[in-house]
Amino acid sequence: MPDLAELPVIEAMKAEGTTERHMVLNMGPQHPSTHGVLRVVLEIDGEIVVRLVSEIGYLHTGIEKTCEAKFYQQVVPLTDRIDYLSPMANNLCYCLAVEKLLQLEIPPRAQWIRVLLTELTRLNSHLVWLGTHAMDVGALTLLLYTFREREDILRIFEDVAGQRMMTSYFRIGGLALEPPLGFFDRVDAFIRGFPEKIDEYSNLLTGNPIFMNRLKGVGVLSAADAIALGVTGANMRGSGVDFDVRRDIPYSSYEKFDFKVPVSTVGDCWARYEVRLEEMRQSVNIVRQALQGMPEGPIKADAPKIVLPDREKMKTEMEALIHHFKIVTEGFAVPAGEVYQAIESPRGQMGYYVVSDGTAKPWRVHMRNPSFASLQALETMCKGRMLSDVVAAIGSIDIVLGEIDR
Amino acid sequence: MGELKTLAGKAAVLEGLADHPAVKALAAWNQAAVEDGKFDRGELTLTIAREQIRAACEAVRKAGYNFLEDLTAVDWYPSSPRFQLSYQILSHSLKQYIRLRVMVDEADPAVNSITSVWPGADFYEREIFDLFGVRFEGHPNLRRIMLPDDWKGHPLRKDYPVEGYR
Repeated sequence: MPDLAELPVIEAMKAEGTTERHMVLNMGPQHPSTHGVLRVVLEIDGEIVVRLVSEIGYLHTGIEKTCEAKFYQQVVPLTDRIDYLSPMANNLCYCLAVEKLLQLEIPPRAQWIRVLLTELTRLNSHLVWLGTHAMDVGALTLLLYTFREREDILRIFEDVAGQRMMTSYFRIGGLALEPPLGFFDRVDAFIRGFPEKIDEYSNLLTGNPIFMNRLKGVGVLSAADAIALGVTGANMRGSGVDFDVRRDIPYSSYEKFDFKVPVSTVGDCWARYEVRLEEMRQSVNIVRQALQGMPEGPIKADAPKIVLPDREKMKTEMEALIHHFKIVTEGFAVPAGEVYQAIESPRGQMGYYVVSDGTAKPWRVHMRNPSFASLQALETMCKGRMLSDVVAAIGSIDIVLGEIDR
Repeated sequence: MGELKTLAGKAAVLEGLADHPAVKALAAWNQAAVEDGKFDRGELTLTIAREQIRAACEAVRKAGYNFLEDLTAVDWYPSSPRFQLSYQILSHSLKQYIRLRVMVDEADPAVNSITSVWPGADFYEREIFDLFGVRFEGHPNLRRIMLPDDWKGHPLRKDYPVEGYR
């Protein structure tokens, strides 16, 4: 570990004539409020933040490079590991991108189950965000409440995918398996009880004077700054930009669902809190609609050379066995081309840029992760504000370092 | 999904999509700087001359494409020109994406930074500099972002091994 005072960031700050009054403060990479391994170097004048530099890369694992060495279907489990709080959103975005390259039509039932599960993922992610964000600013109780409900969602995921966090349930061409018996009843029971849980969180926080004082007027981001800095999702809508990919460029049958996109024009941490809380209510709404209108039919596309055959067929039909063997050992060739597919992930606009050279392995997979861009706005939010507001601002933009560093 | 039309080549795109707001804006701005065009799987890609990318971004931004969503590179090793930069630009009002593309040679992998158009390009350009070794002229703080400052090589280049020792 090099001496802190000799690091290039600090050298640069000194070279720019940082006055003697200013102090350079290092926060992280091991800091409880950075939600992962984020290092923030702050230049402070007393308690006022003069400059803020985010240093990232501590969790860089080269996932994009690894993708290039795998078959298309082998990339799906890797996408789980990018953002460990919203695995289904990553699965979905990657599958949609490859399906767009293949021009593959997905049966309605698979699309609706995908919508149902990605909305549950949004709830899961927002619950973790709400609990940890409240904890960062001193409301420790809430974490226990949100993790109680999160546990229910993780049980639902385990039920359907066999895994609590790294689900890998979506496959190119559909879903891995038909959901187990009683699954929809289970989701229904959870979703019926959930709105009053949101009221419970709201009761604990919305009127809480300490919580309000820590968030109101803190970390303000204007609409123009949000757009210039590439900020998306609830952070952008909290600043008054009314755009949601689910509504405006629908994918996976979102056009068939009726939901509102909450927007606030204030742009502070409180606005982002309110927007996310309302988003949770809307997600409940979408899940309810998905349950009510769940279509019958297959859960996989009719593409025997791309989608693995049913277990039963594979054991009894020669053709299916050959396809199974070919897909597992050789993968499937994807026609050359490049696509960019965006979805609305819990943290904002997520995009997968997949380039194919016509072989069974992707030539390039790039993930546009919302946290990466949101982090750039941190300096704008914190400049000229108190040091303790930095913690509130980091919490309010809802970043996951796994997806920033990839 | 239905049949989507495919257009390949500059002339085909400029003609076939003459009413497309981005095509219109770029044709009015500097038709000569558009080197190639493609409309494939519902996505429009326009290749811009390397020196002109900043001005092209300005031009599409004025035409309503107000949001730089993503910026990344592709290494086409061993073909030449080797690097492709892809700019995914979104219009909030038109609800539509376009992709601008710049091809960069291996000999002098440098291109103008667009941080003056969209400050949010900062991290993306640093990431490409770090992982591909493409320089961005005019970037305010072009340092490695993912890897340590003393790292050798650029891992996302195709001639860099996926695993093992270098």
